[in-house]
Amino acid sequence: MSAITQTSVATRAKGPLRRALDRFVTNRAAMIGLVIFVPILVAVLTYQWWWPLGPNAIDLTALNKGPSAKHWMGSDGVGRDVFARLLQGGRTSLLVATTSVVISTIIGFLVGAFAAFGGRLADGTSMRLVDLAMTLPPIIFLLVLASIAGTGITPTIFVISLLSWPVLARMVRARLLELRERDFVVAARGMGAGVPHLLFRHGLPNCIDIIVVYATLQIANAILLEAGLSFLGLGIAPPEASWGNMLNSARSTIVLEQYPWQWMFAGGALVLTVLAINFIGDGLRDAFDPRSDLN
Amino acid sequence: MLTYLLRRVGIGLLMLVALTVLVFILLRLAPGDPVTAYINPSVPMSPEAVEALRVRLGLDQPLPVQYFAWLSSAVTGDFGYSIQRGGAPVLPLVFDRIGPTLLLMAAGLAIAIVVGIATGIISAVRRNSATDVGLSVVASLGISSPAFLTALLGLYFFAVQLRIAPSGGMLTPGVPFSIGDLLAHLILPASLLAIGHAALIMRYMRSSLLEVLNQDYVRTARAKGVKEFWVIIKHATRNALLPVITLIGSTIGVAIGGAIFLESVFNWPGMGLLLVNAVNARDYPVIMCATLVIGACVILVNLLTDITYAAVDPRIQVS
Repeated sequence: MSAITQTSVATRAKGPLRRALDRFVTNRAAMIGLVIFVPILVAVLTYQWWWPLGPNAIDLTALNKGPSAKHWMGSDGVGRDVFARLLQGGRTSLLVATTSVVISTIIGFLVGAFAAFGGRLADGTSMRLVDLAMTLPPIIFLLVLASIAGTGITPTIFVISLLSWPVLARMVRARLLELRERDFVVAARGMGAGVPHLLFRHGLPNCIDIIVVYATLQIANAILLEAGLSFLGLGIAPPEASWGNMLNSARSTIVLEQYPWQWMFAGGALVLTVLAINFIGDGLRDAFDPRSDLN
Repeated sequence: MLTYLLRRVGIGLLMLVALTVLVFILLRLAPGDPVTAYINPSVPMSPEAVEALRVRLGLDQPLPVQYFAWLSSAVTGDFGYSIQRGGAPVLPLVFDRIGPTLLLMAAGLAIAIVVGIATGIISAVRRNSATDVGLSVVASLGISSPAFLTALLGLYFFAVQLRIAPSGGMLTPGVPFSIGDLLAHLILPASLLAIGHAALIMRYMRSSLLEVLNQDYVRTARAKGVKEFWVIIKHATRNALLPVITLIGSTIGVAIGGAIFLESVFNWPGMGLLLVNAVNARDYPVIMCATLVIGACVILVNLLTDITYAAVDPRIQVS
């Protein structure tokens, strides 16, 4: 029954999601982003099956050696393969970024929903909280939280997710406030729908465009935050590899001057990934909101 | 205008109070006994004296009482003693660092504004040309590269490879102070700080100017026979600048973030370096005081932005 309804809808006219997808695949920058990002993602996720060296395997015959046939990107001060560490570091960075984005998206949606449906007092308090969280430079907050949470993967995820929800909360609130007055929501209310039904049956599907765009761009942002924290020695601590702590090694003058391969490749991977994700996110935003093409 | 000003100032003050609450809560969440922050580590103290100090500081009182006690001593400038720096009082430590950071940020911001607005205008006027596409690609790179990476690359190419800039610090040690020496140390970190900001300003300037160029009054100016150069500069740019001013004010936080990384790469003796070192050493009194000072500066800048905006755009006064 439901299958029949779906096909008949599809033949009548393209749905908004389908049209957004069409706009997305014709966006050149977004496609370039995908072409850069997908290989990086695949390489990072599968490297243990095709790259013989482990990220923490030590090769004492190659201390601080430049790129060679065995070590494509050279090796570091204790003889670890830079290419393997780069791939493992990418895995750590992406893990931290995606996990923290999932958490902050959930917080952001719930706070936005609370503000929109919880009455004037709830709205006022939560939005002032959002204002306050947005006043302070994010990096300062990050440093203060990091000083309390400590280093490691879990504290870093915690710190980044705690920092990133306010923007989403504000956007979700605006969308839900507008939605609350729509006829189908008023009708659902009149038929006795409770807040959970309104939120997850009507609110969530109608916020999906905001959430997808926010989450995509926020992944890029979270990768940068993680790298920044680890660069300052406050995020992922060695021997665990991450792009940020590989760059951290360049704070030693000798590494910076004599062994540039130990940090430059990590920097390159970071910029490429962030750039690609930003292109994809911008493409998604344009796809969901055709008016933004005008600029 | 006056009511508008008073309201903005009031909101700013409220934000500052909320910030102190937040900072205080974070301070109490931090591991360790808060009383240690007030003990001068170079002077030994008996446990009884510590208890007496705890009572005198009111640390045996409930949290709200403690908050007001802390706030009243903070207002008089007493932020306690630094844990790592041989028990130096915190406030002078932080105040000494404000000047260098302001210098670095002001220089960086000035470069970013000039470069960003100029390239934004060029991009908008030559829309979709090779220049425009090239500038947009550079801007994308500038926005996507984190400050610590541009800082490292800049240090590597200009200080290590080309040797045309000093590799860190604010002044050459052992040499009497001179403006030239300061500028030589300033130019590289300030330019690197400007990159991300200039890219952002350029993007906004471009789209804002493109919007304005479609307005009727621009067509009228052209129809009157005003030279194209003056149409762009006098009629279009002045109006296109409004959203850019807001952007510059609201991204001051991003600039502070960038300054922190540049200071720690270039060993620039500013607030950022102080804060990073304090966080590494878990020196909570310094962290709290520096956070408050930075937060207060951001609130002040936002206030100034609002006021500038009202001064530039007469429509604000009406609403």
